[in-house]
Amino acid sequence: MKTFDSKSLLKDFTPEIEKTSIAWWVTLITFIGIFLLGVHALGRQVSEGHIVTGMRDNVVWGIYIVNFIFFMGLSYAGALLSGVLHLYKAEWRKPVIRIAELITVISLLIGPFFIFFCVGRLDRLHYLVLYPRIQSPITWDVIAITTDLFGCILFLYLSIIEDLALLRDSLELNVPAWKKKLYKFLAMSYTGTPEQRKHLSQARNIMAAMIIAIAIIVYSVLAWIFGVTLQPGWHSTIFGPYFVIAAVYSGTGLMIIVMWLFRKIYRLEKYITLRHFCNVGYILLVIGAFYGYFTFADYLTKWYGSQKMDALLIDKLFSNFFWLFIFANYIGILIPIIIIGIRKFRTINNIFIAAIITLLALWVNRFLIVIPTLETPYLPIQDHRIDWIQYSSTWVEWSLSAAGVAVFAILIMLFSKLIPIISISEMIEVEDTSDETI
Amino acid sequence: MENNDSKTSSRRRFLREGLLLGTGALAAAPLLQSCAEEHTMPADKVKVLTPDGKVLEVDRANLKEVKGSQLATTKEAIQGLPGRKFVMVIDLAKCKNARKCTEACQEGHDLSKDMEWIRIYLLQDSPETSPYWFPRPCFHCDNPMCVSVCPVGATYKRTDGIVLVDADRCIGCKFCMTGCPYSARVFNWKEPKPQSLEEKDYSPELNVPAKEGTVGKCVFCADKLRNNELPRCVTACPMGVIYFGNILDDTITNGDETIRFSDIMKERSGYRYLETLGTVPSVFYLPPVGRMFPVERGLESIDDETKSRYKNVDYVKNLSKPK
Repeated sequence: MKTFDSKSLLKDFTPEIEKTSIAWWVTLITFIGIFLLGVHALGRQVSEGHIVTGMRDNVVWGIYIVNFIFFMGLSYAGALLSGVLHLYKAEWRKPVIRIAELITVISLLIGPFFIFFCVGRLDRLHYLVLYPRIQSPITWDVIAITTDLFGCILFLYLSIIEDLALLRDSLELNVPAWKKKLYKFLAMSYTGTPEQRKHLSQARNIMAAMIIAIAIIVYSVLAWIFGVTLQPGWHSTIFGPYFVIAAVYSGTGLMIIVMWLFRKIYRLEKYITLRHFCNVGYILLVIGAFYGYFTFADYLTKWYGSQKMDALLIDKLFSNFFWLFIFANYIGILIPIIIIGIRKFRTINNIFIAAIITLLALWVNRFLIVIPTLETPYLPIQDHRIDWIQYSSTWVEWSLSAAGVAVFAILIMLFSKLIPIISISEMIEVEDTSDETI
Repeated sequence: MENNDSKTSSRRRFLREGLLLGTGALAAAPLLQSCAEEHTMPADKVKVLTPDGKVLEVDRANLKEVKGSQLATTKEAIQGLPGRKFVMVIDLAKCKNARKCTEACQEGHDLSKDMEWIRIYLLQDSPETSPYWFPRPCFHCDNPMCVSVCPVGATYKRTDGIVLVDADRCIGCKFCMTGCPYSARVFNWKEPKPQSLEEKDYSPELNVPAKEGTVGKCVFCADKLRNNELPRCVTACPMGVIYFGNILDDTITNGDETIRFSDIMKERSGYRYLETLGTVPSVFYLPPVGRMFPVERGLESIDDETKSRYKNVDYVKNLSKPK
C-alpha cells in the first residue's frame, strides 16, 4: 500500500506558495479590474441614490438580495462537507476538506455586503447594533451571521494550524521573510506534542458539530425573512428547510467547481481524483433529489389549492418567467441527477458541468423566489411607469454582482498562495489511490 | 361619569375645532414664512396679529398656512394623543377619483408628483362584478407587520393607533415595504424635491423634510390631529368620501356631517380590506352600493398618464373594445 508522507507532500504543494506564474497575475489583475468596476458602480449608487438600480416601490429587493441568499448558500459547502465528513471521519474528505472550509469563510464574508448595497442608508448601518429590535428577523440574521462567521473562521483556523507549523519548520521552503514570520505567528508555537494534538482534535470536533447547527440556523433565519411576511409565495412553512436544502445543493455544486479548477491549475490530479468527484457528486445527487421534492411540494400545494394570489403568482411564473422557471426547477434538478446517477456519464468533466448547471439554476431559483412575488402584491400594481411594474436590473447592480464573484476569486487565489489548498497534515498516511479507477 | 364627561368634551372640542379648520389656523398664521400650501378663498380682508403686537388687515387670498409652527419633536411624536384611537372610514359609494386627497397629501407633505401616500386604485374583484374606485391610505393596522419586522424601531405604533416612521432612524432596509400587504409604503429612491422645512424642524408626525434612502408613508396627518384638525385628505375631498374620528367616542366626520361610527358600520355593512390577513386595519370601507356617480366619471377628469394606470382592469379593457 502506497501512502503519502509529509516530505513528498510538501514538495508537491509548496511550489504554488513559492512561485507565482504570469497567468496567475493576469487573472488576479482581471478580477481586480472587475472589482474596481463594482466600486465605481457603488460610488454612483451612493452619490445618485438607489434610483440608479432597477429597484422601485414594488420590487424593493432586487438581485442584491438574490446574491445575498446565493452567497450565504454557498457557505454551506464547508458547513456540510467539512462538518459532517469530519464528524463521520470519512477518509476521502481529506484532500477536499480545505477547499470546502475556504468556500465557507469567503462566501460568508461576501454575502452580507449585498445587504449593505441594498440598504438605503449605508451611513446608519450601525443602528442595527445601536437600536436592535429582537422581534425583527433582520436582527436574528445579524446575530446568526456574525456567529456563523466567527465559528467558520475559527474552524478554518483550527484546521490550518498543523500546516502552518509544517511550513514554519520546513527548511527547504523558499518564501519571503514576511511569510515565514506570518507562519510562525499563526502557528502559535504548535509543535505537535500529544497533548497539543488532543486539544486541537477536541476543538475541531466541537467546532465541526457547532458550525453544522449554526449554519442550519443561519439559513433558516434567512428563509424566515421571507417566510414570516404575508406575501404570496413567501408565506410558507416549507421555506426554512427548503432554503437549507437549496443552500447545501448550491454549496456542493460550487465545491465541485472549485475542486475542478484547482485540480487543473495547480496540477493536483494525483490527489483529487474521480473518486472525490464521484463522492461529492453523490451528495449533490441526494441533495438535488430532496431539493426537487421540496420545490415540487411547495408549488403543487400552491397550484392545487389555487388561492387567488397563489394562482396569480404561478401564472406569472409560467408566463413572464417561463424559461427561467424551467431552467431553475427542471433542468437544474434533472440534469445533475441524470449525469451523476448514470455511471456512463459520471466523468470528472461531466460532474463539473452538472455542478455549473446546479449553481446557475440555484441563482435563478432565488431570483424566482424574490422578484415575481414582489411583482404580485395583493393590491394590483396600477402605475404608468414601466419600471414600477416590472423589475429590470441595471448595470450598477450587475457590476456589483460581478464584483462579488471577483472578490470571491481574488480571496481564494490569495489564500492558495499562503497555505496549500490541500491539507498536508490531513493527507499524511492517506492511501495513494490516484492509479485506481472507479 | 367624570370620565365620560371629559371624553364628551374632548370630542366636542375635536369636532368643533376640526370643523373650524382653515379660519382658526389662518387667522393665527402671520405672513412670516414661505410655504407651499396656498388657500384660494373669496378675496375678503381678515385681521391678523403679528408677533410684535400689530394688527394688520390683509387679503385672505394672500394668506399662507405656516407649516412647522407647532410640530411635535421626534420624542413627543412617539406618544399617542391621550384618550384617542383614530379610525378612518372611506365611503366607496361616493368616490369618483377626483384625486384631491392625493394632491392635498402631496402638497402637505412636500411629496413629488410620483409619490403617493394615498393612492386611488380601480378595483374589480372579478370580471363579472362591478368596478369601483378605492382610495388607499396607510391602514395604521393594530397588528402592523411593518412595525414587527423593523430591525431598528424606526417605525412604531402609538397608543392612539397611528403608525409613524422616524426618517432619522430608518436605515432603508425596506423590510417594512415587503412586510406591508397593502403596498402602503414608498421609498425615497433619490434626493427628495426641495422641502419647505429645515432639518431642525423635522417631526415624524409630518415627515418633512423627507430624506433620501428612507421609507415614507401616510401619517394620518398626526400633526393636524395634534392641533385638533382633520387630516388633509379628509378636508380636501370634494365628495366627503373620507370620514375620520375617534373610535373611543364612536364619532366620525368628513368635515360636513358627523355620524356615529357603529351606526354607519351596521347600516352600510362596513368592512376592512383583506380582513383575513389579521393585520387589523384602522381604516374601514363602506361598500360601493347606491353610488353617487357612475364609475366612468373617474376616468373622465384625469390625464392620460394617470388613465393608463388602469388599463389592465377588465372593465377598462372592455371599454376600448368595439361593441
